[in-house]
Amino acid sequence: MNIQTYEHDVIVVGAGGAGLRAAIEASAAGVSVGLVCKSLLGKAHTVMAEGGIAAALANVDERDNWKVHFADTMRGGQYVNNWRMAQIHAQEAPDRVRELEAWGAVFDRTPDGRILQRNFGGHRYPRLAHVGDRTGLEMIRTLQDHGIHQGIAVYMECTIISLLKDGERVVGALGYYRENGRFVVFHAKAVVLATGGVGKAYKITSNSWEYTGDGHALAYHAGAELQDMEFVQFHPTGMVWPPSVRGILVTEGVRGEGGILLNSEGRRFMFDDIPENYRNQTAKNEEEGFRYCLGDKNANRPPELLTRDHVARCIRREVKEGRGSPHGGVYLDVSWMTKPGAFSKFKDPEFVRSRIKDPVEHIKKKLPSMYHQFKELGGLDITKEPMEVGPTTHYIMGGIRVDPDTQMSRVPGLFACGECACGINGANRLGGNSLSDLLVFGKRAGEFAAKYAKEHSAGRINPQQVEEEMRAALAFLDSPLGQENPFQVQYDLQNVMQDLVGIVRTEAEMVKALERIQELKERAKRSFAPGNREYNPGWHTCLDLRNLLTVSEAITRAAIERRESRGAQFREDYPEKKAEYGNRNTIVSKGPNGEMQFRWEPIPEMPAELKRIIEEMK
Amino acid sequence: MGKVTFRIWRGDKSGGDFKDYQAEISEGMVVLDAVHQIQATQAPDLACRWNCKAGKCGSCSAEVNGKPRLMCMTRMDTLPHDQPVMIQPMKAFPIIRDLVTDVSWNYRVNKLIPPFKPRPPDAPDGTWRMGQEEVDRIQEFRKCIECFLCQNVCHVLREHHRFGQTDEKGQLTSGQGPSEAELFGGPRFMIRVASLEMHPLDTVNRLPLLQKELNIGLCNITKCCTEVCPEHIHITDNGIIPLKERVVDEFYDPLMWAVRKVGEALGVRRRKSLPMVNP
Ligand SMILES: Cc1cc2nc3c(=O)[nH]c(=O)nc-3n(C[C@H](O)[C@H](O)[C@H](O)COP(=O)(O)OP(=O)(O)OC[C@H]3O[C@@H](n4cnc5c(N)ncnc54)[C@H](O)[C@@H]3O)c2cc1C
Ligand code: SF4
Ligand code: SF4
Ligand code: FES
Repeated sequence: MNIQTYEHDVIVVGAGGAGLRAAIEASAAGVSVGLVCKSLLGKAHTVMAEGGIAAALANVDERDNWKVHFADTMRGGQYVNNWRMAQIHAQEAPDRVRELEAWGAVFDRTPDGRILQRNFGGHRYPRLAHVGDRTGLEMIRTLQDHGIHQGIAVYMECTIISLLKDGERVVGALGYYRENGRFVVFHAKAVVLATGGVGKAYKITSNSWEYTGDGHALAYHAGAELQDMEFVQFHPTGMVWPPSVRGILVTEGVRGEGGILLNSEGRRFMFDDIPENYRNQTAKNEEEGFRYCLGDKNANRPPELLTRDHVARCIRREVKEGRGSPHGGVYLDVSWMTKPGAFSKFKDPEFVRSRIKDPVEHIKKKLPSMYHQFKELGGLDITKEPMEVGPTTHYIMGGIRVDPDTQMSRVPGLFACGECACGINGANRLGGNSLSDLLVFGKRAGEFAAKYAKEHSAGRINPQQVEEEMRAALAFLDSPLGQENPFQVQYDLQNVMQDLVGIVRTEAEMVKALERIQELKERAKRSFAPGNREYNPGWHTCLDLRNLLTVSEAITRAAIERRESRGAQFREDYPEKKAEYGNRNTIVSKGPNGEMQFRWEPIPEMPAELKRIIEEMK
Repeated sequence: MGKVTFRIWRGDKSGGDFKDYQAEISEGMVVLDAVHQIQATQAPDLACRWNCKAGKCGSCSAEVNGKPRLMCMTRMDTLPHDQPVMIQPMKAFPIIRDLVTDVSWNYRVNKLIPPFKPRPPDAPDGTWRMGQEEVDRIQEFRKCIECFLCQNVCHVLREHHRFGQTDEKGQLTSGQGPSEAELFGGPRFMIRVASLEMHPLDTVNRLPLLQKELNIGLCNITKCCTEVCPEHIHITDNGIIPLKERVVDEFYDPLMWAVRKVGEALGVRRRKSLPMVNP
């Protein structure tokens, strides 16, 4: 086998927040670590995160603690979360955030000089540590600048296309360098997947090109299970106009700072439909909602800050019933507070005026990148006019099934963390819980992968497997099978998923989607990339497509089986939540003949102590 | 809105040339959309880097009609449509293919900078206290998305090629001999050092590094870097100039640095004389 090979104890695939944190931890445990990423270091998706990191630091509201965070996460996830992961996450997130500060992160501050925290949907108290609306950048840069001094070997612009196995065990990975198309083998005792999400399966998404579900598909083919794949989060507020920016995220922070949702009739429709289990925590009127945004501890949150699944569906309803904006969204307005007399309608306008001296400056200071994003891409000044927004594919709650404490999958030596792993979020993720998830479980994955590497010797790489994978990859350059344009296949797949497995689902449409996915699989096999192996995007797309098709099928199969509506999954044919689905997770895995298998996994009984916490917080 | 011609540089290390493509323009479109359209319909092997398409990752840097820009933040309606839109890779860095350049040198410079090392925690729970006004100025520097456009336009790198030398171990050094062997860290890393030097908690002295390894003296304050920064960071006024002053202070009075750092540790505000432009 004449191919470049690197030896490491632990290989981490992915250099977002989760991968970097895992690599730092594994390296600190004294093992040799290689970190592989598809794009340049520091460009991973994490860099785009805006709103903040959820952690019960209790810097802004002393009533906060891990128990409240845990209960909020479980409520948001509609109780199909892995409760153990939700518990670990809530308990460990504060330490992980403080650790970032010790590594040089500079969060926004409270008046007494501590880390400032902001409100976000579904979080009872102001909980998100943040830096304006560029928190992800701060996080990734801090981890990157800390990580490069820890003796980690970094392999940039290198894409992993398959995991290598020795019997049951994972013993390495095969990849190629984008620059020259050359293959490379990473021989390792443990592999950590931290590859992020799957948003590129949909037409309208806030996600970048990297989100093709690589880690999900790699793990699936290596024998791991994928759990809860039906739960795809549609963020309620993406840009809808102009067409070329459709899907780009408008951070929830806009609503956290007092942005309101209006339909074409000017009605604040979110007040019309407040779910029972959130009624006690939701503002009774506009003034109370705004006071909450300004930090009044006795006020409840405005209905715009209900969970994402709910807000997204309300927006869709308004549009469907003909009350949408000209480009098929609704209005999100912060400019209302800059209008003369905006606060006079309140009973206590002085409270507001004492907190907001200059509304225009207030908006620019709190939401600088949103201000720029609309100014530069939408030609619109958000301090003067409302934005047009609509749902966009944002995040996948489902992912690789792992042990809650160690993050190891059922394949020995294969670990997963971050968005590509599953468990903490249940049926719906709360904003801010991803960045904290990356830190908490990235650290754990690194720790336990290092431990595993220390306890095991290196396995043997099977040259035949490597040969086969390389041959399959190169076939797209020769087009022995046909001349399909991979970009067109990807585009068609995105339309199928958007139209048939989107925010509102029915059995009939999803069955149709499965048929279409089978056809697309055949076309993908025939896809062809003219040119050579050097930095050839057509070829990269051919390779990514295989993963996108695998995760699209997994999402669809799981969504068909869950015949109820819960969290992010809304079934028009089963619009109610059903108790019998409340205690189990969907699982897909690769069957003996290569077909996708489905099964249900019961959720283990929650310990009495955690049940009590949930009851108390109701 | 009709078709526009794009004149895109195609080639690799061994050379290349411009090639014309047509793309259909629609409302609100950015240059990167056009490149994608061309990729999907006419030139599937047209290489370009991008990730976020929202101006957040700094991957899609190129020269559009001769101006260093993020392709994803350059709207088509800001460019004339009656003549070809020229797209070229960044000039300062070696070509990989088409619009993709080898920016790995920047990562090697970054590695030369000693990491953040905080003073002991202020509170028994292991945390620190800093005021918002203390962190405002370094938050400006930390907005950097590493697009390397400032590095690309800085004449010290672009024209005078002060990229230093890389030793056997892959480590960058400021070499001896011809001036090209001398290293200039470039504006990106000047503000990275500034973000550490002005960090209220940091305890490391990086002024010798600035003076010797990163050769801050080679900057003659042309401000070209500041002009192209898509994050509107005041690289020169708020970063490089104050650093130059500190380097000079340290050179004449090595005690200055210690005084300043101790002052910072005690929570004393910085010297008033440092110019501060509002971000
Ligand atoms: C616009 C936006 C805003 C967001 N805001 C927030 C927020 O405010 N708070 C919050 O908590 N969450 C937020 N999220 C969600 C959060 O950012 C992501 O869930 C999180 O960053 C994912 O991190 P990760 O480490 O799992 O993966 P990523 O950061 O996506 O990193 C994935 C890494 O894997 C690499 N990779 C992928 N495939 C391969 C392969 N085949 N071979 C080699 N490498 C590979 C990539 O190159 C990359 O380095 C936001 C998401 C978006 C899109
Ligand atoms: S101001 Fe200095 S760093 Fe910036 S472009 Fe000019 S010489 Fe380069
Ligand atoms: S300082 Fe500005 S121009 Fe330079 S790399 Fe950072 S963001 Fe880009
Ligand atoms: S693609 Fe991220 S900055 Fe342009």
